[in-house]
Amino acid sequence: MLNQKDLERQTMASKKESTFINMFLTLFLVTFIASAALGYIYEITKEPIAISKMAKQNNAIMQVVPEYNNEPGNESYKIAIDGDSIQFFPAKKDGVLVGTAISTFTNKGFGGNVRLMVGLLPDGTINNIAVLEHKETPGLGDKMDKKKSPWSIQFNGKNPADFKLIVKKDGGDVDAITASTISSRAFCDAVNRAYKAYMEGGQK
Amino acid sequence: MEYIIIIISAIFVNNVVLAQFLGICPFLGVSSKVETSIGMAGAVTFVIVIATMVTYLLQKYVLVAFGIQFMQTITFILVIAALVQLVEIILKKASPSLYQALGIFLPLITTNCAVLGVAILAVQKEYNLLQSVVFGTATAIGFGLALIIFAGIREHLDMVKIPKSMKGVPIALVVAGILAMAFMGFAGLV
Amino acid sequence: MNQLKNFTKGFFKENPVLVLLLGMCPTLGVSTSAINGLGMGLATTFVLTMSNLVVSSVKSQIPDKVRIPAFIVIIASFVTIVELVMQAYIPALFEQLGLFIPLIVVNCIVLGRAEAFASKNNVLSSVIDGLGMGLGFAMALTILGGVREMLGNGSFFGMKFIAGDGILVFVLAPGAFLALAYLIVLVNKINKKTA
Repeated sequence: MLNQKDLERQTMASKKESTFINMFLTLFLVTFIASAALGYIYEITKEPIAISKMAKQNNAIMQVVPEYNNEPGNESYKIAIDGDSIQFFPAKKDGVLVGTAISTFTNKGFGGNVRLMVGLLPDGTINNIAVLEHKETPGLGDKMDKKKSPWSIQFNGKNPADFKLIVKKDGGDVDAITASTISSRAFCDAVNRAYKAYMEGGQK
Repeated sequence: MEYIIIIISAIFVNNVVLAQFLGICPFLGVSSKVETSIGMAGAVTFVIVIATMVTYLLQKYVLVAFGIQFMQTITFILVIAALVQLVEIILKKASPSLYQALGIFLPLITTNCAVLGVAILAVQKEYNLLQSVVFGTATAIGFGLALIIFAGIREHLDMVKIPKSMKGVPIALVVAGILAMAFMGFAGLV
Repeated sequence: MNQLKNFTKGFFKENPVLVLLLGMCPTLGVSTSAINGLGMGLATTFVLTMSNLVVSSVKSQIPDKVRIPAFIVIIASFVTIVELVMQAYIPALFEQLGLFIPLIVVNCIVLGRAEAFASKNNVLSSVIDGLGMGLGFAMALTILGGVREMLGNGSFFGMKFIAGDGILVFVLAPGAFLALAYLIVLVNKINKKTA
């Protein structure tokens, strides 16, 4: 019993010591152990994170272009446009180009940036569009996502050469999402950017 | 133009408190008087602006340069904690009365998620240094605006008869909800 | 201390969100659906329990003056671990919760429990305290998320029970404030009756 009390007193005493060396050592040790532990976890999770990101990308590509049998992720290339760059994923079947998936964006969204994967056939016709990322209003602007509403199907099979990628309100051919003109405009802007980049040298 | 969009969007459309739910604790805690709110808003602005600047440089020249982005959370929070300490020391010397008034909430700026939130958002949005600072300042102004409007309303609430179980935080939350609805009217400005 | 009481206090008597009114930011921010609320709650529970465990076991080794920075480093490490693991294995939920995952580090509940409880109590009590508080937090978030999802979207845990949209405002920002306000009123009423 006495021993234990002594021990307690000792631990109490050591807790109160706030000398400079003590504080410095403690913080250094805590940070060092924390960094080491994080580095270890980072190494373990690095691969699964890369795989899950890749899977998401491949999934989106698969949705928007016709059937292919190459690895579009390995053949991707970038085109600079509007002060930023857009990534292209050529989809080929037996070496013949069947479509190009284009990872495009707009910053005109209601809630900020919207990123889309637009699939174009070799002649520039829109095959299909998938939403990668958006922060639009739930129940309104998020209808651009096929999971929420079939709105974006209207683009499929249209060629922007004769299909004006502008909402009807502004004199174009696109039916806007009800009560979400801004989200619809943003969507058109992103698709348009992909088409423009494709026509200006994205065709390979 | 680009900067005007960042500013309007950060103050009105995506107001930190009313649309992004950052910094709710001081929003509910300090906002019962207009005067304290102004002081709090000033302190938060100062910390946010310096924090976004420092974290931007850290992110670019340390974390990305060495490929250790996963240390982001830990470095950012430490920088913010140190900064808050600095503001506390300065304020204690420069304006003891304000220091008294802000009391417990000054060290709490460390755990004000608006500060860390803005720093992380600026990195996520891939802003450059000037854009980050503009974004930080505008966000802080948005925080101050919401805080001061809210304090003004709450001062009036003191004179109104409110059902017993609604008193305090619940009625404050209802007011915040109505205020958030009003701010939704700004949506579509940019 | 009675460990069972220690565990259950986080659910009702000292519920961090509904009674202590801590951690409001993630509560309002991620409770747009029941599943988001639950995910966020469980992530916070992990951080809270682990940081309580570590803080209570090293408390005597840490000089008093630097204890807060040391606690913050410990908490931030566990937050980063959660971030990395979620990104690797449940990326969809991670994207939904977004910014609010790194922001667990500034959740007042976590530092509050480390400072007020774990730095004064033994390891077992601290772990139980963290677990109880965390699950209480998760419960509050899931209920709030469930209510908002049901009213705003007409669904529960993603299962739709009415066709079309609900009262949209409940999924939007104002609905978060209003739903939480009335939930707190309800808890106030119940607590008053039982007290």
